[in-house]
Amino acid sequence: MRALEVDQLDVDLGGRPVLRDIRLHLDRGELVGLLGPNGAGKTTLLRAILALTRTRAGRVLVEGKPSRPGRSEIGYVPQRHEFTWDFPISVEHAVMSGRTGRLGLLRRPGVTDWRAVGDALDRVHLTELRRRPVGELSGGQRQRVLVARALALAPRILLLDEPFTGLDMPTQELLGQLFTSLAGEEHAVLMTTHDLVAAVDTCTRLVLLNGRVIADGHPADLQDAELWTKTFGVSETSPLLKLVRAT
Amino acid sequence: MSITDFLTDLLNPDLAFLPKALAIAVMSSIVCGVVGCYVVLRGMAFIGDAVAHAVFPGIAVAFVLQGSLILGGAVAGVATALLIAIFAQNRRVKEDSIIGVFLVGAFALGIVIISQAPGYAGSLQQFLFGSITGIPDRDLYLVGGAGLVILGLVLALHKEFVAVCLDREMSRSMGLAVFWLDIVLYVLVTLAVVISLQTIGNILVLALLITPAAAARLLTDRLGVMMLLAPVIGGASATVGLYLSWSYDTPVGGTIVLVATAVFLAAWLVAPRHGVLTKRWRRPSGQEPVDVTRPARLSDLAHPQDPSPAVR
Repeated sequence: MRALEVDQLDVDLGGRPVLRDIRLHLDRGELVGLLGPNGAGKTTLLRAILALTRTRAGRVLVEGKPSRPGRSEIGYVPQRHEFTWDFPISVEHAVMSGRTGRLGLLRRPGVTDWRAVGDALDRVHLTELRRRPVGELSGGQRQRVLVARALALAPRILLLDEPFTGLDMPTQELLGQLFTSLAGEEHAVLMTTHDLVAAVDTCTRLVLLNGRVIADGHPADLQDAELWTKTFGVSETSPLLKLVRAT
Repeated sequence: MSITDFLTDLLNPDLAFLPKALAIAVMSSIVCGVVGCYVVLRGMAFIGDAVAHAVFPGIAVAFVLQGSLILGGAVAGVATALLIAIFAQNRRVKEDSIIGVFLVGAFALGIVIISQAPGYAGSLQQFLFGSITGIPDRDLYLVGGAGLVILGLVLALHKEFVAVCLDREMSRSMGLAVFWLDIVLYVLVTLAVVISLQTIGNILVLALLITPAAAARLLTDRLGVMMLLAPVIGGASATVGLYLSWSYDTPVGGTIVLVATAVFLAAWLVAPRHGVLTKRWRRPSGQEPVDVTRPARLSDLAHPQDPSPAVR
């Protein structure tokens, strides 16, 4: 059974078509990069997978069952600006907030919950900073808090929205290693990015998206310049193509 | 007037309204302090202002019909809060404009209604600026009961409110009913405002909601501590404010708010970590301040105190 299967998905936003005929699958152990320019529908696709946006047609199956909000098979890591970083909360409590839905109303976190938070913090190497207010963290540390918050549910599928944006190269590299090792532990990882270098470097498979899936394959198999000019709407002489050929 | 005289007056049966006023002021500032923490952290001060004004037509109707001012205000406030939440779903007009429309509209409605009541000028002043006299016993129980219900709901939904404050997108993906949690929070803010109107008055009630919570935020980086400090600051400001008001014959609402404002200014200057003066004192001469709140630096991953995946 596939970890994630998107079949003939159409999504409209405000009456305009954003995604058309999306077919996409994700298996455990894969780290798939979803690449496309701004407005390509990357975030919308993630939101459709999470059943946070209404779909026009098609279906999304998570481990064989239709997707709906609150399913703990999927861990979601939204873009960093979605989080209120000036909130007076420590790293460990921010990570625990990821279990709010699972806990349910009127229940307080117990030993199991704190153990899950501890494991997640270990996983992203933030254990020593667990009591620090989130407002005092660097960009890379913040990204790892969000990953830990998703991991606190022990999900088998991880959706990451632009995890590399606004981070410098060493930080990107470290996060890339973390995602690779998560995929190595039988997680299915899907991340959006418009950072080509980081994606080619870390992903086992790339999906080029611009309203529809333009290409889907191993980075080495996506050498055809036309795919990239079509996806990103750039000219034949774009530096982007030099990058693709160099990788 | 000395504090002993104030205590004597509080126990004087001829001045029975005074302990009642103190009880209501303290109860409502405790409730406002707790609820105000969410208001301050979510940056929804304008909503607090809106519901404070929106309760006015309800109070006016209750006044004209000789009903309970608290109930009238609660009905009008909750109705406005719901309208704001529903209209804000339309993304074409931003939420702050929606709030602005209903805030002024409701207040205008209140003015028109109360102008129909004979002898409204005096009562109008009482609504706007608060009063410590003429509080019916019934209101004492109403405020106490409503306060307990509000605090109970905060305790029950705290974890959900925090999750929604932190990250709405993530909360939706966890299956939380974000829209309904917003509505409940708006209603709680409205009720906190309504029970405080009697002593503080319509214009100044926002201060009870915002000022103690903002002062508490300056004093701590921990939410739990903040939610304990804010009601303590609010309750203490209400007590000291009422004492000063009684001693110097100043308006009670204004005096309470001024005391709370003084606490906020003091916190701003000498808060343990983030106070303006505290930072200056702590800085050794000729050295750059050690700024614990400095903005995130990208290179931090390479920092030795930060054990990164590559280091381990």
